[in-house]
Amino acid sequence: MSLTHESLVKAFYELIKKAVTELSPDVVKALENAYEREENVVAKKQLEAILTNIKLAGERKLPMCQDTGIQTFYIEAGFHTPHLEKLKPAITEAVRKATADALIRPNTVNPFTGVNEGDNTGRYIPYISWELVEGNEIRVYALPKGGGSENMCKLGMLRPGEGIKGVKRFVVEAVASAGGKPCPPVILGVGIGGGADLALKLGKKALLRPLGRRNPDERIAKLERELLEEVNSLGIGPMGLGGKTTALDILIEWAHRHPASLPVGVVFQCWADRKAFITIKGDGEIEWR
Amino acid sequence: MAEYHLKTPLSENEIRRLVVGDTVYLTGKIFTARDEAHKKMLETYERREEIPFNPAEMAMFHCGPIIKKKNGKWFVVAAGPTTSSRMELFEDKFIEFYRTRMIIGKGGMGERTAEAMKKHGAVYVAYTGGAAVLAVEAIKEVEDVYWLDELGMPEAVWIMRVENFGPLIVTIDSHGRNLAMEIMEKVEKKKLEIIKNL
Ligand code: SF4
Repeated sequence: MSLTHESLVKAFYELIKKAVTELSPDVVKALENAYEREENVVAKKQLEAILTNIKLAGERKLPMCQDTGIQTFYIEAGFHTPHLEKLKPAITEAVRKATADALIRPNTVNPFTGVNEGDNTGRYIPYISWELVEGNEIRVYALPKGGGSENMCKLGMLRPGEGIKGVKRFVVEAVASAGGKPCPPVILGVGIGGGADLALKLGKKALLRPLGRRNPDERIAKLERELLEEVNSLGIGPMGLGGKTTALDILIEWAHRHPASLPVGVVFQCWADRKAFITIKGDGEIEWR
Repeated sequence: MAEYHLKTPLSENEIRRLVVGDTVYLTGKIFTARDEAHKKMLETYERREEIPFNPAEMAMFHCGPIIKKKNGKWFVVAAGPTTSSRMELFEDKFIEFYRTRMIIGKGGMGERTAEAMKKHGAVYVAYTGGAAVLAVEAIKEVEDVYWLDELGMPEAVWIMRVENFGPLIVTIDSHGRNLAMEIMEKVEKKKLEIIKNL
C-alpha cells in the first residue's frame, strides 16, 4: 500500500482531534484515583468538574480546554523509512484544517507585530522535534500543550556541588511558586543534565511517558517517587484551592552533564495532559498505538 | 461549606451570607470582561457616560470565549475562565462604580479587590480552569455583545444566559477572607519545611 499525502493529512487530523478531545486512559485513571483519595470537599469538586468536562468533551468531540496550545509533534523516524519527506507538509495541512474546523484555537502570534495569522502555522510552527532511530517505522506523538502550564516552566543551572538535593529543592520551589496557575493537578517532566536546551527538552519528552511508568533506573525511580510525595505535601491541591493532589506524576529523564554544570529543566503540564500517538509502518500502514 | 443555587440579580443579603469554601451554582445573566473591556467601562464611567447594560444585575466572568455565528445566531464553542490576577488593576474601581456582586474567574485576586468586596458586598468565585465544555453546557444563550468590532472576540463583552453554572467556589468572601492567598501562605511555610528536611 502506498502512503498518499491525503491519507497522511487525514491521519494527522485525526491525531490532533484525538489529542484535544480525549485524554489517554493513564491520565483519566490518575484523575479518578485522585478524586477517590481527596477528602477536601473543594478539591473533590474541582476533580469532579474536570472528570465531567473530560467525559462531555469525549462524547461531543469538542476540545476539552479552549487553549489548545502551540501545535507540537515529536517524531521518532526509523533510518530506513521511505516516508520521511511526506511528514511535514501533511502535518502542516492537518493543522490548518483542524484550525478551520474550530478543533484548535488560532494560537500563533508574531512576537514582533502581534499579528495572529489565524491558522496555527508560522515560523517553526507547527513545531516538529525530529529524532532518528533504528528500523523502518515512524512514531508520531502529538502534544498540544496549553500556555498556562508552559508559562510555569523553569530552567535551573545549578552548581554541581548542590547535587541531587539541589535538584529536589529546585523542583519543589518551582511547584510552590507556580501555585494554582498551571491548572493543577499537574504532571511534571523533569530533565536533569545535558546543557540548558537538552535539560528542558528531556523534561518535555518525559511527558510522553505514560503516567505511573517509573524510570527503569531504580535510583531515578526512587527520586521520582520521593519528589512526587514532597510536591504533594505542599498542599496546593487542584486549582490551587488546597488538597493532597498537586501533581499526578513526576517523570524524570536524564543526560550526562558538564563537570561545571548541573542543568535542571522543569516542564509543567496541566491536568489537560493531551497526547496522542500513531505509528507509520514501513509499508505505509498506519497503526493507532 | 454550604451549597447554594443562586439567581441573578443577586442581593447584598445573598452575597453577605456566602463564606469562603461555599459552592455556588448560578442561574441568570453573566457578562464576560477581560482587560480591554475593564479599561473601556472604567473610562466611560469617569466621563460620566453610560454603558449599554447594567453590571449590577449580572455576574462578571473573566473569560475570552470562542464563539461562532451560525444562521445569524451566536453560539459558544468554548468558554473556560482566564487568569483573574490581570484584572486586579481595575477591579476595585469597577466594583465601586458598577456594583457587580459576583466575579467568576480562575486563580484568585489580590488585596485591593478583596477590600472592595468587603466594603461593597461582593464575592469572587473560582471556576475550574480549563473546564471549557462544562461551561458551554451551562450557557443557554448568547443574548448580546458589545464592542465586538472595536475589541475583537475574546475581549468583547458577551452577555450570556446561564443555567446552574458551576461549581463556583467562593474564594474571596465579603468578610475579608481570601482562600487562595491563605493556601499560598501555608504552601510557603510547608516549602521551607520540606527544603530544610531534604
Ligand atoms: S493550563 Fe491547561 S487546563 Fe488550564 S487553561 Fe491552560 S491549557 Fe487549559
